[in-house]
Amino acid sequence: MNLYEFQGKELFKKFGIPVPDGYVIQDPKEIRDDIFPVALKSQVLVGGRGKAGGIKFADNKNDAIAKATELFSQTIKGSKVKYILVERKLNIDKELYISITIDRGKKRPLVMASAEGGVEIETVEESKIYMHWIDPLIGYSPYLSKMVSKKLNLNSEQSKQLSNLLKNMYTLFQTYDCELVEINPLVITKEGNIIAADSKVIVDSDSLFRHKDVPVNLDDLTDLERIAKMQDYSFVELDGDIGVIANGAGLTMATLDSLLLHGLKPRNFLDLGGTDSVDIVKNAFPLVLKAQPKIIFVNIFGGVTKCDTVAQGIVLAKKEYNINLPIVVRLNGVHEEEGRQILKDNGIDAFATMPEGVAKVAEIYKGVH
Amino acid sequence: MVFINKNTKVIVQGITGHQGAFHANEMVKFGTNVVAGISPGKAGQNVNGIPVFDSVEETLHLEPNATMISVPAPYVKDAFYEALDAGIKLIYVLTEHVPVHDSLEMISVAKTKGVIVIGPNGPGITVPFDSKIGIMPNHIFRKGNVAVISRSGTLTYEIVKAITDSGMGESTVIGLGGDAIVGLSFTDVLKELKNERRTKAAVLVGEIGGTAEEEAAEYIKSEFHKPVVAYIAGRSAPPGKRMGHAGAIITRGKGTAESKIKALNEAGVEVAAYPQDIPSLLKKKLQ
Repeated sequence: MNLYEFQGKELFKKFGIPVPDGYVIQDPKEIRDDIFPVALKSQVLVGGRGKAGGIKFADNKNDAIAKATELFSQTIKGSKVKYILVERKLNIDKELYISITIDRGKKRPLVMASAEGGVEIETVEESKIYMHWIDPLIGYSPYLSKMVSKKLNLNSEQSKQLSNLLKNMYTLFQTYDCELVEINPLVITKEGNIIAADSKVIVDSDSLFRHKDVPVNLDDLTDLERIAKMQDYSFVELDGDIGVIANGAGLTMATLDSLLLHGLKPRNFLDLGGTDSVDIVKNAFPLVLKAQPKIIFVNIFGGVTKCDTVAQGIVLAKKEYNINLPIVVRLNGVHEEEGRQILKDNGIDAFATMPEGVAKVAEIYKGVH
Repeated sequence: MVFINKNTKVIVQGITGHQGAFHANEMVKFGTNVVAGISPGKAGQNVNGIPVFDSVEETLHLEPNATMISVPAPYVKDAFYEALDAGIKLIYVLTEHVPVHDSLEMISVAKTKGVIVIGPNGPGITVPFDSKIGIMPNHIFRKGNVAVISRSGTLTYEIVKAITDSGMGESTVIGLGGDAIVGLSFTDVLKELKNERRTKAAVLVGEIGGTAEEEAAEYIKSEFHKPVVAYIAGRSAPPGKRMGHAGAIITRGKGTAESKIKALNEAGVEVAAYPQDIPSLLKKKLQ
């Protein structure tokens, strides 16, 4: 779950990580009289907001209202701006970078810090990034902050501030099951204070059962992906025109890849998962139909999900939703012959192997295109 | 064979659940020695003849050495530590959606005790027809000398069946799990296979996300001298989108299929364009 900057900063405040004075608005009328000059920061879940013109500065209220109005009318990389974070403008001396994420290979939390903040960390030379892997059974210990401070060339007063900040970041990272806690830039102000000018927090979606206070943000999904999520389908919208229904994430990906190798572009990823339910199969169709594909390809390797169950679901869907699009089905595995017979009886092409299925899709596509 | 054999005594934590009961029975049919099931409050019952106990500790007289955990995600950590404390040496977690911080912690603790962790969120391990711990369909296997190591479930079955249908067979098939943090890496398993007699060739079934395939390629280049072929799912996946598995995501330019295919090719591993090409690539290598 990606958090908006202001939501991440609320967590920062809760864990004692300093952030600029500020407030969130949903309407330009909500601009207050008390904090100026301000930065007006569009709240979107996509990166690269600054370059896309999503941040503006204002010295007084009228100016702020005008600029907020402008920001609310914009879309940033396709996302509508629903919130603006209004923050006291900082007197920036230096911009640093610090983050904690999970290193999958080493199976440890990874702290990264750099004196070159304010730019995407991927663009920073690796030699200029300090990395330290935390043993999860030891956790944070102050020696880590000492090393980070040294690499960032901090003076003793700033080192003290950083030590608190990093300790609190790790506590937040652990307490809220974060996949990422990133502060970029971490600002040293001309007054000598260290302050989190931005926040990027990703909370593990699988941990939300124990974090009821974490907001559910679905703004980074497409409309169809949101509907699919409510119905518990694993669904990703793509930009092609072949609808895909398959079982298992790996097999579904392999199906998309095979189509692409034939020059066919998939419209979606839809994984039925490991169930044996006619309804789950049937209800996947309206979702794919909403994406308006030209052909639907169903690719099933039957195990727990039995091929005849899938066939019944397809036949029911075809009747119930009046599907006139070509449907090509590949069924292999448990009860495959029964399944293919059910489909044949209902005039649906069914094949035993994936290459045959994909070839049939390609043949039909030539005809309809 | 690696990790398990005919003598492996298996318990199933969560045996009275729908999944636990079904797969425990399938495991018995395959030949696995399932000695007990655990379901708190249900001691004295049995599931298809498998005795049920309230806790792992109460099964210790049966000398179990491996467990399959099939409990809801919020309870996995507790079940895992219960097995670990009881001295179980191989822990397989079937459950999907285990919080990643729980996995980090569980796997770190298991490592200090030398306990093998398979999963979470994978189909388990099968050694035809000695033993199977997990949910792979029984009918797709033939005893043979190809090891399959995979991050997927269904795609693994597809490839195993293609190997079986082509006349070859499998030595060990292991599903590492679809999560970002799992117990075993490709490299961990290759190290076991290196001097294992039955295995003559290995198949890696990878997917986008992380760098486990790239690391395996490094190991193969320097240390692993049996033939290896591979398939990588997710060539068509857009960056930043989770493709079903929690671990199948390209983040910040890392974990692309291109990078994995390139690394494997450089290590002399042929990567199949389609899953069904695996048997012919294997035959070519084994000639």
